[in-house]
Amino acid sequence: MKLTLKIWRQRNANAKGNFETYQMDNVSPEMAFLEMLDALNKRLVEEDKDPVAFDHDCREGICGSCGMYINGHPHGPVPAITTCHLSMRFFKDGETVWIEPWRAKPFPVIKDLIVDRTAFDKIQTAGGFVSVNTGSAPEANNILVPKSHSDEAFNSAICIGCGACVAACKNASAMLFVSAKISQFALLPQGRIEAKERVRAMVEKMDEVGFGSCSNTGACEAECPKQIKLTNIARMNREFYKAF
Amino acid sequence: MSKVLFASISKKFVMALAGLFLLTFLPVHLIINFLLLKNNPEPFNKAAHFMATFPLVKIFEIVLMAAILIHVMYGIYLQISNWLARPVGYVSGNKAETSFFSKFMIWTGATVLTFLVLHFFNFYFIKLGLIEGDPENFYSVAHNLFKIPAYNYIYLVCFFLLGFHLYHAFSSAFQTLGLNHRIWTPIVKKVALFYAILIPAGFAFISITLWLFR
Repeated sequence: MKLTLKIWRQRNANAKGNFETYQMDNVSPEMAFLEMLDALNKRLVEEDKDPVAFDHDCREGICGSCGMYINGHPHGPVPAITTCHLSMRFFKDGETVWIEPWRAKPFPVIKDLIVDRTAFDKIQTAGGFVSVNTGSAPEANNILVPKSHSDEAFNSAICIGCGACVAACKNASAMLFVSAKISQFALLPQGRIEAKERVRAMVEKMDEVGFGSCSNTGACEAECPKQIKLTNIARMNREFYKAF
Repeated sequence: MSKVLFASISKKFVMALAGLFLLTFLPVHLIINFLLLKNNPEPFNKAAHFMATFPLVKIFEIVLMAAILIHVMYGIYLQISNWLARPVGYVSGNKAETSFFSKFMIWTGATVLTFLVLHFFNFYFIKLGLIEGDPENFYSVAHNLFKIPAYNYIYLVCFFLLGFHLYHAFSSAFQTLGLNHRIWTPIVKKVALFYAILIPAGFAFISITLWLFR
Protein backbone atom coordinates (compact mmCIF):
# COMPACT_ATOMS: atom_id res chain seq x y z
CA MET A 1 0.00 0.00 0.00
CA LYS A 2 1.08 3.54 -0.70
CA LEU A 3 0.02 6.26 1.70
CA THR A 4 0.49 9.99 1.99
CA LEU A 5 0.93 11.03 5.61
CA LYS A 6 0.25 14.57 6.74
CA ILE A 7 1.74 14.76 10.21
CA TRP A 8 1.76 17.67 12.65
CA ARG A 9 5.36 18.56 13.45
CA GLN A 10 6.17 20.92 16.29
CA ARG A 11 9.70 21.19 17.66
CA ASN A 12 8.61 22.05 21.23
CA ALA A 13 5.79 23.57 23.26
CA ASN A 14 6.68 27.11 22.26
CA ALA A 15 7.47 26.50 18.61
CA LYS A 16 5.00 27.14 15.81
CA GLY A 17 4.06 23.82 14.27
CA ASN A 18 3.08 22.81 10.77
CA PHE A 19 2.04 19.76 8.77
CA GLU A 20 4.78 17.82 7.02
CA THR A 21 4.01 15.44 4.17
CA TYR A 22 5.61 11.98 4.03
CA GLN A 23 5.15 9.41 1.30
CA MET A 24 5.02 5.84 2.58
CA ASP A 25 5.48 2.99 0.12
CA ASN A 26 5.23 -0.70 0.88
CA VAL A 27 2.92 -0.34 3.87
CA SER A 28 1.67 -3.80 4.74
CA PRO A 29 -2.04 -4.15 5.63
CA GLU A 30 -0.91 -6.46 8.45
CA MET A 31 1.04 -3.65 10.09
CA ALA A 32 -0.26 -1.85 13.16
CA PHE A 33 -0.62 1.91 12.79
CA LEU A 34 2.17 2.53 15.29
CA GLU A 35 4.41 0.06 13.43
CA MET A 36 3.82 2.11 10.32
CA LEU A 37 4.95 5.19 12.25
CA ASP A 38 7.93 3.21 13.55
CA ALA A 39 8.84 2.42 9.92
CA LEU A 40 8.58 6.11 9.04
CA ASN A 41 10.76 7.03 12.03
CA LYS A 42 13.38 4.42 11.06
CA ARG A 43 13.56 6.03 7.65
CA LEU A 44 13.77 9.53 9.11
CA VAL A 45 16.58 8.50 11.46
CA GLU A 46 18.46 6.90 8.55
CA GLU A 47 18.03 10.16 6.64
CA ASP A 48 19.42 11.97 9.69
CA LYS A 49 16.11 13.74 10.27
CA ASP A 50 14.17 14.24 13.48
CA PRO A 51 11.78 11.30 14.01
CA VAL A 52 8.09 11.96 14.71
CA ALA A 53 7.51 12.08 18.47
CA PHE A 54 4.42 10.18 19.61
CA ASP A 55 3.34 8.67 22.92
CA HIS A 56 3.11 4.92 23.28
CA ASP A 57 3.69 2.41 26.02
CA CYS A 58 1.79 -0.85 26.41
CA ARG A 59 0.63 -1.25 22.79
CA GLU A 60 -2.13 -3.45 24.27
CA GLY A 61 -4.91 -0.87 24.46
CA ILE A 62 -4.76 -0.43 28.23
CA CYS A 63 -2.35 2.41 29.02
CA GLY A 64 -4.08 5.12 27.00
CA SER A 65 -0.89 6.90 26.05
CA CYS A 66 -1.01 6.41 22.26
CA GLY A 67 -3.60 9.11 21.68
CA MET A 68 -3.48 10.82 18.32
CA TYR A 69 -6.13 12.29 16.07
CA ILE A 70 -6.31 10.39 12.77
CA ASN A 71 -8.48 11.48 9.84
CA GLY A 72 -10.99 13.32 12.04
CA HIS A 73 -11.20 10.69 14.79
CA PRO A 74 -9.33 10.26 18.08
CA HIS A 75 -7.51 6.89 17.83
CA GLY A 76 -8.49 6.65 14.17
CA PRO A 77 -11.64 5.76 12.27
CA VAL A 78 -12.33 2.35 13.89
CA PRO A 79 -14.62 2.53 16.93
CA ALA A 80 -13.76 1.20 20.39
CA ILE A 81 -10.02 0.73 19.92
CA THR A 82 -6.90 2.70 20.78
CA THR A 83 -4.37 3.80 18.15
CA CYS A 84 -2.05 0.91 19.06
CA HIS A 85 -4.79 -1.55 18.09
CA LEU A 86 -5.48 0.23 14.82
CA SER A 87 -4.45 -1.90 11.88
CA MET A 88 -3.34 -0.57 8.49
CA ARG A 89 -5.91 -2.83 6.80
CA PHE A 90 -8.50 -0.16 7.66
CA PHE A 91 -6.79 2.25 5.24
CA LYS A 92 -6.97 2.22 1.45
CA ASP A 93 -4.10 2.21 -1.00
CA GLY A 94 -3.37 5.79 -2.07
CA GLU A 95 -5.16 7.31 0.92
CA THR A 96 -4.03 10.55 2.57
CA VAL A 97 -3.86 10.17 6.34
CA TRP A 98 -3.96 13.26 8.54
CA ILE A 99 -2.33 12.76 11.94
CA GLU A 100 -2.76 15.49 14.55
CA PRO A 101 -2.20 15.80 18.29
CA TRP A 102 -5.16 16.15 20.71
CA ARG A 103 -6.32 19.75 20.54
CA ALA A 104 -7.39 21.33 23.83
CA LYS A 105 -6.09 24.24 25.85
CA PRO A 106 -5.44 22.05 28.92
CA PHE A 107 -3.53 19.56 26.69
CA PRO A 108 -0.67 21.69 25.31
CA VAL A 109 1.52 20.10 22.65
CA ILE A 110 4.93 19.12 24.02
CA LYS A 111 6.37 17.90 20.72
CA ASP A 112 4.80 16.72 17.45
CA LEU A 113 1.95 14.38 18.47
CA ILE A 114 2.69 14.31 22.19
CA VAL A 115 0.50 16.41 24.44
CA ASP A 116 0.81 17.13 28.14
CA ARG A 117 -2.07 15.35 29.86
CA THR A 118 -1.12 16.44 33.38
CA ALA A 119 -4.50 18.18 33.56
CA PHE A 120 -6.11 14.73 33.94
CA ASP A 121 -3.69 13.85 36.73
CA LYS A 122 -4.58 17.08 38.51
CA ILE A 123 -8.30 16.20 38.37
CA GLN A 124 -7.61 12.67 39.54
CA THR A 125 -5.45 13.78 42.47
CA ALA A 126 -8.08 16.35 43.48
CA GLY A 127 -10.45 13.59 44.59
CA GLY A 128 -10.31 10.44 42.46
CA PHE A 129 -9.40 8.13 45.31
CA VAL A 130 -10.72 6.56 48.51
CA SER A 131 -8.95 7.58 51.72
CA VAL A 132 -8.40 4.29 53.53
CA ASN A 133 -5.39 2.81 55.20
CA THR A 134 -3.81 0.19 53.06
CA GLY A 135 -3.10 -3.17 54.55
CA SER A 136 -4.00 -6.76 53.86
CA ALA A 137 -6.97 -7.33 51.56
CA PRO A 138 -10.24 -7.17 53.54
CA GLU A 139 -12.78 -9.96 53.43
CA ALA A 140 -14.65 -9.48 50.15
CA ASN A 141 -18.09 -10.19 51.63
CA ASN A 142 -17.83 -7.80 54.59
CA ILE A 143 -19.53 -5.09 52.55
CA LEU A 144 -22.12 -6.44 50.18
CA VAL A 145 -22.32 -4.80 46.75
CA PRO A 146 -25.16 -5.52 44.32
CA LYS A 147 -23.87 -7.20 41.15
CA SER A 148 -25.46 -4.52 38.94
CA HIS A 149 -23.60 -1.80 40.88
CA SER A 150 -20.25 -3.54 40.75
CA ASP A 151 -20.68 -4.17 37.02
CA GLU A 152 -21.52 -0.52 36.39
CA ALA A 153 -18.66 0.67 38.58
CA PHE A 154 -16.33 -1.59 36.63
CA ASN A 155 -17.63 -0.28 33.30
CA SER A 156 -16.74 3.23 34.50
CA ALA A 157 -13.40 2.18 35.98
CA ILE A 158 -12.15 0.81 32.65
CA CYS A 159 -11.61 4.42 31.47
CA ILE A 160 -7.91 4.56 30.60
CA GLY A 161 -7.72 8.36 30.76
CA CYS A 162 -6.42 8.65 27.21
CA GLY A 163 -8.19 11.95 26.54
CA ALA A 164 -10.06 10.82 23.42
CA CYS A 165 -13.27 12.24 24.93
CA VAL A 166 -11.66 15.67 25.18
CA ALA A 167 -10.20 15.35 21.68
CA ALA A 168 -13.57 14.38 20.17
CA CYS A 169 -15.72 16.93 21.99
CA LYS A 170 -16.34 20.14 20.09
CA ASN A 171 -16.01 21.94 23.44
CA ALA A 172 -12.88 20.07 24.55
CA SER A 173 -14.90 18.94 27.56
CA ALA A 174 -13.47 16.37 29.95
CA MET A 175 -16.81 15.48 31.50
CA LEU A 176 -16.84 11.88 30.27
CA PHE A 177 -13.44 11.21 31.88
CA VAL A 178 -14.30 13.02 35.12
CA SER A 179 -17.74 11.42 35.34
CA ALA A 180 -16.28 7.94 34.82
CA LYS A 181 -13.78 8.53 37.60
CA ILE A 182 -16.52 9.85 39.90
CA SER A 183 -18.93 7.05 38.97
CA GLN A 184 -16.52 4.22 39.73
CA PHE A 185 -16.54 5.38 43.36
CA ALA A 186 -20.08 6.74 43.59
CA LEU A 187 -21.53 3.34 42.76
CA LEU A 188 -19.69 1.51 45.53
CA PRO A 189 -20.29 1.79 49.30
CA GLN A 190 -16.59 2.44 49.95
CA GLY A 191 -16.73 5.47 47.67
CA ARG A 192 -19.93 6.94 49.09
CA ILE A 193 -18.22 8.18 52.28
CA GLU A 194 -16.28 10.92 50.45
CA ALA A 195 -18.70 11.27 47.52
CA LYS A 196 -19.60 14.92 48.16
CA GLU A 197 -16.05 16.17 48.67
CA ARG A 198 -14.87 14.13 45.69
CA VAL A 199 -17.35 15.47 43.14
CA ARG A 200 -16.89 19.06 44.31
CA ALA A 201 -13.09 18.85 44.17
CA MET A 202 -12.89 17.07 40.82
CA VAL A 203 -15.41 19.33 39.08
CA GLU A 204 -13.71 22.41 40.51
CA LYS A 205 -10.33 21.21 39.22
CA MET A 206 -11.84 20.31 35.83
CA ASP A 207 -13.10 23.89 35.46
CA GLU A 208 -9.89 25.37 36.82
CA VAL A 209 -7.60 23.65 34.30
CA GLY A 210 -9.74 25.00 31.46
CA PHE A 211 -11.78 22.18 29.94
CA GLY A 212 -15.03 23.13 28.21
CA SER A 213 -18.46 22.06 29.37
CA CYS A 214 -20.70 19.31 28.04
CA SER A 215 -23.22 20.03 25.27
CA ASN A 216 -24.52 16.45 25.26
CA THR A 217 -23.51 15.88 21.63
CA GLY A 218 -22.38 12.33 22.40
CA ALA A 219 -19.10 12.65 20.46
CA CYS A 220 -17.12 11.49 23.50
CA GLU A 221 -19.14 8.30 23.87
CA ALA A 222 -18.94 7.60 20.14
CA GLU A 223 -15.14 7.95 20.09
CA CYS A 224 -14.20 6.49 23.48
CA PRO A 225 -11.96 3.45 22.96
CA LYS A 226 -13.42 1.90 26.11
CA GLN A 227 -17.03 2.82 25.30
CA ILE A 228 -17.63 4.77 28.49
CA LYS A 229 -21.29 5.77 28.54
CA LEU A 230 -22.90 9.21 28.69
CA THR A 231 -24.96 7.96 31.65
CA ASN A 232 -21.82 8.63 33.69
CA ILE A 233 -22.15 12.36 32.98
CA ALA A 234 -25.77 12.36 34.18
CA ARG A 235 -24.61 10.54 37.31
CA MET A 236 -21.83 13.08 37.88
CA ASN A 237 -24.38 15.89 37.54
CA ARG A 238 -26.65 14.17 40.09
CA GLU A 239 -23.72 13.66 42.46
CA PHE A 240 -22.77 17.33 42.07
CA TYR A 241 -26.30 18.55 42.88
CA LYS A 242 -26.44 16.23 45.89
CA ALA A 243 -23.14 17.73 47.11
CA PHE A 244 -24.67 21.19 47.66
CA MET B 1 -19.79 27.37 48.20
CA SER B 2 -19.30 30.13 45.63
CA LYS B 3 -17.10 27.77 43.60
CA VAL B 4 -19.93 25.24 43.55
CA LEU B 5 -22.45 27.90 42.53
CA PHE B 6 -20.31 29.10 39.65
CA ALA B 7 -19.09 25.71 38.46
CA SER B 8 -19.74 24.82 34.82
CA ILE B 9 -22.27 22.18 35.90
CA SER B 10 -24.18 24.73 38.00
CA LYS B 11 -24.37 27.11 35.04
CA LYS B 12 -25.64 24.33 32.83
CA PHE B 13 -28.17 23.36 35.53
CA VAL B 14 -29.59 26.89 35.64
CA MET B 15 -29.58 27.08 31.84
CA ALA B 16 -31.42 23.75 31.56
CA LEU B 17 -34.06 24.79 34.12
CA ALA B 18 -34.59 28.11 32.33
CA GLY B 19 -34.81 26.28 29.01
CA LEU B 20 -37.37 23.79 30.32
CA PHE B 21 -39.43 26.65 31.67
CA LEU B 22 -39.36 28.29 28.23
CA LEU B 23 -40.54 24.99 26.73
CA THR B 24 -43.70 25.20 28.84
CA PHE B 25 -44.53 28.64 27.46
CA LEU B 26 -44.43 27.76 23.75
CA PRO B 27 -47.59 25.55 23.74
CA VAL B 28 -49.49 28.32 25.62
CA HIS B 29 -48.40 30.87 23.01
CA LEU B 30 -49.33 28.49 20.18
CA ILE B 31 -52.83 27.87 21.55
CA ILE B 32 -53.43 31.64 21.76
CA ASN B 33 -52.04 32.10 18.24
CA PHE B 34 -54.60 29.64 16.86
CA LEU B 35 -57.23 32.26 17.73
CA LEU B 36 -55.71 34.36 14.91
CA LEU B 37 -57.32 31.93 12.46
CA LYS B 38 -60.79 33.08 13.54
CA ASN B 39 -62.39 35.81 11.46
CA ASN B 40 -63.54 37.51 14.64
CA PRO B 41 -60.65 39.48 16.23
CA GLU B 42 -62.29 39.54 19.66
CA PRO B 43 -61.17 36.13 21.08
CA PHE B 44 -57.50 36.76 20.22
CA ASN B 45 -57.54 40.33 21.49
CA LYS B 46 -59.27 39.19 24.68
CA ALA B 47 -56.64 36.49 25.21
CA ALA B 48 -53.86 39.01 24.56
CA HIS B 49 -55.51 41.43 27.00
CA PHE B 50 -55.78 38.67 29.61
CA MET B 51 -52.10 37.78 29.15
CA ALA B 52 -51.17 41.45 29.55
CA THR B 53 -53.25 42.23 32.63
CA PHE B 54 -53.98 39.13 34.76
CA PRO B 55 -51.78 39.39 37.90
CA LEU B 56 -50.69 35.73 37.94
CA VAL B 57 -49.70 35.97 34.28
CA LYS B 58 -47.75 39.13 35.07
CA ILE B 59 -45.68 37.16 37.60
CA PHE B 60 -45.26 34.42 35.00
CA GLU B 61 -44.12 37.09 32.53
CA ILE B 62 -41.37 38.31 34.87
CA VAL B 63 -40.14 34.75 35.40
CA LEU B 64 -40.33 34.16 31.65
CA MET B 65 -38.23 37.23 30.84
CA ALA B 66 -35.73 36.26 33.53
CA ALA B 67 -35.59 32.74 32.06
CA ILE B 68 -34.92 34.11 28.57
CA LEU B 69 -32.20 36.40 29.88
CA ILE B 70 -30.52 33.70 31.98
CA HIS B 71 -30.75 31.11 29.21
CA VAL B 72 -29.23 33.48 26.64
CA MET B 73 -26.52 34.92 28.90
CA TYR B 74 -25.36 31.56 30.25
CA GLY B 75 -25.58 30.09 26.74
CA ILE B 76 -23.26 32.77 25.35
CA TYR B 77 -20.92 32.57 28.36
CA LEU B 78 -20.59 28.78 28.16
CA GLN B 79 -20.15 28.88 24.39
CA ILE B 80 -17.29 31.38 24.64
CA SER B 81 -15.67 29.27 27.40
CA ASN B 82 -16.03 26.22 25.16
CA TRP B 83 -14.43 27.99 22.21
CA LEU B 84 -11.56 29.09 24.46
CA ALA B 85 -11.04 25.49 25.57
CA ARG B 86 -9.90 24.64 22.02
CA PRO B 87 -7.88 27.56 20.64
CA VAL B 88 -6.44 25.43 17.81
CA GLY B 89 -8.84 23.28 15.81
CA TYR B 90 -8.35 20.14 13.72
CA VAL B 91 -7.42 20.28 10.05
CA SER B 92 -9.10 16.94 9.40
CA GLY B 93 -12.34 18.11 11.04
CA ASN B 94 -14.47 16.28 13.55
CA LYS B 95 -16.10 13.16 12.12
CA ALA B 96 -17.51 11.73 15.34
CA GLU B 97 -21.02 10.35 15.02
CA THR B 98 -23.11 12.76 17.00
CA SER B 99 -26.56 14.24 16.96
CA PHE B 100 -26.53 16.62 13.96
CA PHE B 101 -28.61 19.30 15.69
CA SER B 102 -26.48 19.33 18.83
CA LYS B 103 -23.52 20.84 16.96
CA PHE B 104 -25.32 24.03 16.02
CA MET B 105 -27.16 24.97 19.23
CA ILE B 106 -25.50 28.37 19.53
CA TRP B 107 -26.41 29.26 15.92
CA THR B 108 -29.98 27.99 16.05
CA GLY B 109 -30.29 29.72 19.41
CA ALA B 110 -28.91 32.97 17.96
CA THR B 111 -31.46 32.80 15.12
CA VAL B 112 -34.31 32.28 17.57
CA LEU B 113 -33.02 35.18 19.69
CA THR B 114 -32.88 37.46 16.63
CA PHE B 115 -36.48 36.55 15.86
CA LEU B 116 -37.43 37.16 19.49
CA VAL B 117 -36.02 40.69 19.30
CA LEU B 118 -38.04 41.31 16.12
CA HIS B 119 -41.10 39.82 17.83
CA PHE B 120 -40.62 42.10 20.84
CA PHE B 121 -40.49 45.15 18.57
CA ASN B 122 -43.68 44.01 16.82
CA PHE B 123 -45.69 43.18 19.94
CA TYR B 124 -44.12 43.15 23.38
CA PHE B 125 -42.64 46.65 23.33
CA ILE B 126 -46.01 48.01 22.15
CA LYS B 127 -47.62 46.30 25.14
CA LEU B 128 -45.04 47.87 27.44
CA GLY B 129 -45.68 51.26 25.82
CA LEU B 130 -42.08 51.58 24.65
CA ILE B 131 -43.09 52.02 21.01
CA GLU B 132 -46.25 53.29 19.39
CA GLY B 133 -49.12 50.95 18.56
CA ASP B 134 -52.46 49.67 19.78
CA PRO B 135 -51.95 46.94 22.40
CA GLU B 136 -55.68 46.19 22.40
CA ASN B 137 -55.66 45.14 18.74
CA PHE B 138 -52.76 42.72 18.30
CA TYR B 139 -55.06 40.68 16.04
CA SER B 140 -54.79 43.21 13.22
CA VAL B 141 -51.07 43.81 13.95
CA ALA B 142 -50.46 40.07 13.48
CA HIS B 143 -52.70 39.84 10.39
CA ASN B 144 -50.91 42.79 8.80
CA LEU B 145 -47.49 41.26 9.50
CA PHE B 146 -48.47 37.92 8.00
CA LYS B 147 -49.50 39.70 4.80
CA ILE B 148 -45.82 40.65 4.23
CA PRO B 149 -44.09 37.79 2.33
CA ALA B 150 -40.62 38.66 3.71
CA TYR B 151 -41.96 38.45 7.28
CA ASN B 152 -43.34 34.98 6.54
CA TYR B 153 -40.04 33.81 5.05
CA ILE B 154 -38.17 34.98 8.16
CA TYR B 155 -40.86 33.51 10.42
CA LEU B 156 -40.80 30.10 8.75
CA VAL B 157 -36.99 29.85 8.68
CA CYS B 158 -36.79 30.86 12.35
CA PHE B 159 -39.38 28.31 13.43
CA PHE B 160 -37.69 25.60 11.35
CA LEU B 161 -34.45 26.32 13.20
CA LEU B 162 -36.33 26.56 16.49
CA GLY B 163 -37.42 22.96 15.86
CA PHE B 164 -33.76 21.93 15.53
CA HIS B 165 -32.95 23.80 18.74
CA LEU B 166 -35.85 22.28 20.67
CA TYR B 167 -35.13 18.72 19.58
CA HIS B 168 -31.67 18.67 21.15
CA ALA B 169 -32.56 21.04 24.00
CA PHE B 170 -35.45 18.96 25.31
CA SER B 171 -33.54 15.72 25.96
CA SER B 172 -30.26 17.51 26.70
CA ALA B 173 -31.89 19.42 29.57
CA PHE B 174 -32.86 16.14 31.25
CA GLN B 175 -29.31 14.80 30.90
CA THR B 176 -27.92 18.03 32.38
CA LEU B 177 -30.31 17.75 35.32
CA GLY B 178 -28.91 14.27 35.89
CA LEU B 179 -32.12 12.57 34.78
CA ASN B 180 -30.85 9.76 32.62
CA HIS B 181 -32.71 6.47 32.80
CA ARG B 182 -32.56 3.21 30.88
CA ILE B 183 -36.32 3.23 30.16
CA TRP B 184 -37.27 6.91 30.42
CA THR B 185 -34.48 8.53 28.39
CA PRO B 186 -35.53 6.90 25.07
CA ILE B 187 -39.12 8.00 25.80
CA VAL B 188 -37.96 11.57 26.55
CA LYS B 189 -36.12 11.58 23.20
CA LYS B 190 -39.30 10.50 21.38
CA VAL B 191 -41.34 13.17 23.18
CA ALA B 192 -38.62 15.71 22.25
CA LEU B 193 -38.93 14.79 18.59
CA PHE B 194 -42.73 15.02 18.76
CA TYR B 195 -42.55 18.39 20.55
CA ALA B 196 -39.86 19.78 18.21
CA ILE B 197 -41.99 18.97 15.16
CA LEU B 198 -45.44 19.79 16.54
CA ILE B 199 -44.73 23.23 18.03
CA PRO B 200 -42.91 24.82 15.04
CA ALA B 201 -45.37 23.12 12.66
CA GLY B 202 -48.26 24.72 14.55
CA PHE B 203 -46.75 28.20 14.31
CA ALA B 204 -45.83 27.63 10.64
CA PHE B 205 -49.40 26.47 9.88
CA ILE B 206 -50.80 29.75 11.24
CA SER B 207 -48.26 31.79 9.30
CA ILE B 208 -48.92 29.99 5.99
CA THR B 209 -52.70 30.06 6.45
CA LEU B 210 -52.81 33.80 7.15
CA TRP B 211 -50.29 34.56 4.40
CA LEU B 212 -51.68 32.48 1.55
CA PHE B 213 -55.30 31.71 2.36
CA ARG B 214 -56.65 34.92 3.93
